[in-house]
Amino acid sequence: MARIRLITGLLVGFIAIAAAYALQSDRGQNLFGHAKTKTAGERPTLISGFSDSGPEPALARVFEHIEQNRLNDAMEQTDALLRAYPNFRLAYLVKGDLLLARGRPLTRFGEGGGSAAEGKVADLRDEAAARLKGYRTKPDANFVPRYLLQLQPEQKHAIVVDTEKSRLYLYQNNDGTPQFVADYYITQGKLGAEKFREGDKKTPIGVYHVTANLPRQKLTDFYGSGAFPINYPNEWDKRQGRNGHGIWLHGTPSDTFSRPPRASDGCVVLTNQDLDSLSKNLQVGLTPVIISRQIEWLSLDDWQSERKELLGMIDEWRQDWESRDTQRYARHYSKRFDADGQSYASWVEQKRRVNEAKSWIKVETTNMSMFRNPGREEYVVVTFQQDYQSNNLSSQMLKRQYWVKEEGHWKIVHEGAA
Amino acid sequence: MKIRSHFARYRLAVAAATLLFAAATSTQADPLQDIGKLIRQGQQTQALEQADRYLANNPKDAQVRFLKGIALTELNRSTDAIAMFQKLTEDYPELPEPYNNLAVIYAQQKQYEKAKAALEMAIRTHPSYATAHENLGDIYARLASQAYDKALQLDSANSSAQNKLAMIRELMTGTNRTGNKPTAAKPVETKVAEAKPADVKPVETKPAETKPAIVATAPVATPATTPATAPITTPVASAKPEPAKASNESTASGQDDVAKVVNQWAAAWARKDVRGYLAVYAKDFKTPNGLARNKWEAERRSRIDKPGTISVKLDGMKINIDGDKATARFRQSYEAGAFKATAGKALDMVRRDGKWQIQQERVGG
Repeated sequence: MARIRLITGLLVGFIAIAAAYALQSDRGQNLFGHAKTKTAGERPTLISGFSDSGPEPALARVFEHIEQNRLNDAMEQTDALLRAYPNFRLAYLVKGDLLLARGRPLTRFGEGGGSAAEGKVADLRDEAAARLKGYRTKPDANFVPRYLLQLQPEQKHAIVVDTEKSRLYLYQNNDGTPQFVADYYITQGKLGAEKFREGDKKTPIGVYHVTANLPRQKLTDFYGSGAFPINYPNEWDKRQGRNGHGIWLHGTPSDTFSRPPRASDGCVVLTNQDLDSLSKNLQVGLTPVIISRQIEWLSLDDWQSERKELLGMIDEWRQDWESRDTQRYARHYSKRFDADGQSYASWVEQKRRVNEAKSWIKVETTNMSMFRNPGREEYVVVTFQQDYQSNNLSSQMLKRQYWVKEEGHWKIVHEGAA
Repeated sequence: MKIRSHFARYRLAVAAATLLFAAATSTQADPLQDIGKLIRQGQQTQALEQADRYLANNPKDAQVRFLKGIALTELNRSTDAIAMFQKLTEDYPELPEPYNNLAVIYAQQKQYEKAKAALEMAIRTHPSYATAHENLGDIYARLASQAYDKALQLDSANSSAQNKLAMIRELMTGTNRTGNKPTAAKPVETKVAEAKPADVKPVETKPAETKPAIVATAPVATPATTPATAPITTPVASAKPEPAKASNESTASGQDDVAKVVNQWAAAWARKDVRGYLAVYAKDFKTPNGLARNKWEAERRSRIDKPGTISVKLDGMKINIDGDKATARFRQSYEAGAFKATAGKALDMVRRDGKWQIQQERVGG
């Protein structure tokens, strides 16, 4: 009897996870086509040594065993999980439930945790839901995150975070096309996403990149195996009045394998082993870190046409600059363009005077990367090596532009040295 | 010790335990009693001395080795006690008591996984061994509590330490094994019925030393440990006197009615129809050890509900009817999974509203 009721108890959680996933599919975002139809049998069968793939496969099997009332198998698998991942609190909770169910009926997840620990049980339930969902909805090879419009050749990898799924996706630059490599469970801010202010315990949403590599030796145990700061607030954030600092990707303290989905002060937290395997692929100053609430996925075809449109637009800007026709050139800039404190009108006037003094201009852009902001604000961050030459001046610089969509047209709202 | 008196009363078909009985039934009862008495009086050192003296000449004696293990436990010589009980499990793997006591010591040392393994062995040898079941329940609760502590960073270690598992004080070879504790055995520690992890409170304290001799429930049988021997039956002590002498008044049709009910009972058991099985028991059915009816039912249910097929065969049924009372005696062959047992069994039946029901169930009768 106890056994049967435990199942019902856990099934509630189990079904809730499945239902949440199904809902996402019904919303027309069934982008993980295989995940929807994936059944237990089709899932990758990984045996005891699941070190590379994280705990999710084994965790999913634990839940499958529980769902199918094979509690001894579930216990075995849970013990295996704990051998592979010591301090995995979620597995300990499941183990507690499985043991408790031998003696009395259980009606809910983590029932034996006691009333004092309700919040912690809820955290672990959320972690289970997040991990299982992440496991069951692997990205489809034919879809890419919309944000990765273009990686420049030196950028070997890119990171895209989905805060709603508590998941970080690692992509590699396969001759310009992002190719899925791995995904990891992550913890975000206690109060969720869309950071605005210092101390709001939220994780920023936007286009960032890794700015430093802080090794374990320079950090306290709290940050685990290392930390990679990112450039929050970026130029756009500052323009919006966002503040705060010290948003990092970092590891986990030694007393736990992982932290609940919402637990940080805004940082993106990975397990130490995940951070270690991720860190091999991070390039300081180069690797983009795009943090979204919920990743938008594009088929490779749609992605191609979107990036072609944007690349065309940037090339138009380049050609219009070369044309020395100030009117044509200035139409690419927003009225809100910040031109070193000048008004838009006086900036245009200044450009006109400069252009009149020139007999020719030649602009080349190379190593261009292009990332779309995942937030409600529609902007694209473009970074490239600019080689400018004219009859009386030549300069080379790494330039970064923020293009924003205004009334259907992309306009530059900020540009400067990167 | 009650052990001896039972021997006279029951025919024993025990092969594996012959050794033990040979020891117990011969002239060596007195040292046994003396050692047991010393232990009960708390004179563990003396008990140990006597046991050692005895074992010098009879090194194999299971009873005395068992008592020595208890004395060692009482003296907190855990390592020696573990060694003693461990060796007993190796020499007599069919006996559940050494496993149980091994588990108790492991549990005292907070080695719950080892305790669990030992209790599972005790239950494997005697699936209906209540003390081992209850101890195992406690171990599960403690393991659960530990797991929750690790999951939620709680510290319930102090409260869970209050619970003590039940040590078995006598080696009840050949007698009842379903009892919570053997007759006249004095529990050293208070047994707490149920431990709630993270919030451990003693729910119910077992009364010590109150139970009279014990009535067994089915199936009580020792699995055969010696190959190529006849099935081994474990007789059971009964507090009740033998049922009234066979009645000559019984009619053939009355006998048929009783037989029909008994067969229905066995059939319901075999097809795991718990409801049908329990329905054959009278409201005032004397549960073994005076267990609460609902607890007994829960125990039966969990036993019968276990995966795997059950086979129950009844042979040589003899029925005596005396008015509205009847006794059905038969040989019961029980198989569940790899476990097989054959036992003589007697069902005391009562007729109410024209329906025969089981009032008491005895093994070895």
